[in-house]
Amino acid sequence: MSLLAFCEWLAATEGSTALRESLFMYPLVESTHVMFLLLFVGLTVMWDVRLLGFAFTGVPVSEMNNRLLPWVRIGFGVMVITGVLLFYGIPVRTYQSVWFRGKVIFLILAMINIWYFHWRVEPTVATWDKDARLPWVARRAGLASLILWALIIVFGRFIAYNWFDCDIQPQSAFVNWFAGCVVPPQ
Amino acid sequence: MLLPFFQWCESLWLGQFVVNSNWLFPVIEAVHLLALSVLGGAVLVVDLRLLGLGLKGQSPSELWRAARPWMIGALAMMIATGLLLFLSEPIKLYYSDSFWVKITTLPIAIAFAFTIRSRTTQDIVRNTARRQMLVGALSIALWVVVAAAGRWIGFS
Repeated sequence: MSLLAFCEWLAATEGSTALRESLFMYPLVESTHVMFLLLFVGLTVMWDVRLLGFAFTGVPVSEMNNRLLPWVRIGFGVMVITGVLLFYGIPVRTYQSVWFRGKVIFLILAMINIWYFHWRVEPTVATWDKDARLPWVARRAGLASLILWALIIVFGRFIAYNWFDCDIQPQSAFVNWFAGCVVPPQ
Repeated sequence: MLLPFFQWCESLWLGQFVVNSNWLFPVIEAVHLLALSVLGGAVLVVDLRLLGLGLKGQSPSELWRAARPWMIGALAMMIATGLLLFLSEPIKLYYSDSFWVKITTLPIAIAFAFTIRSRTTQDIVRNTARRQMLVGALSIALWVVVAAAGRWIGFS
């Protein structure tokens, strides 16, 4: 089964239909998704600006890690759950959205950045924990995080707009390819 | 009573400029959302601390001093982009309950942050832990109402 066929099957399920057609559930899930942006991305940004040395330079990096991480995790958990629900409600259009696909790519890059920070940067934290100006590897992780989450927010917001939807043709060859549109031959 | 004012806003070229573009409204909206994230972080770092959570190794006053420029910067960006969004659809907003909830809660939240909440972060004896927790919870509640009502404008 192709991913598109899977999304079409998903769209036909009872739960997906109910979520899509309900007057309040979809907006409610979407609002929750946005609200937890404040917690998740908000605290991540504060963490990043600490890594970059722009603010909170008096706070040890290990304290940012230990005391903020639980809250960031809660925020991330809710974002993932509500995000999956939003996809579940509108699977086919979202799957074929250039913005959604771009967002997924940036999400993967953000996960790699977190993985890199955790396994390659954090182990040496003891040697620069209280420095205002951190080593380049740490600053780089903060900068990458800031840029990636900003892109993820913008691309996520743009999913709502139909500029590049498959059912609006003609689109450029790149859009049709990147969105995986099934375009009948002319 | 306020309707003529909103109608006048609707006639301004700046709003029309936004309306007549396919891209401007979404782009401004996205910047509004980016600034919201920064605002959320700057607010929550302090509020969590007032609640006795988060960065417990720091004093609330230090955290507030560090977070304040980010909060002010994010607020300035939110108001600037919010004004552009408003000017692009004032009459729709005039009839939106969510807009009125947001626009009345917002000044309260801002005033609260820079007066009572600001004072509560200072390390004075009368700022008991219970008082700080109350202020932190109230601050979060206010901003949640502002943000949720703001999002809900788009659904009405």
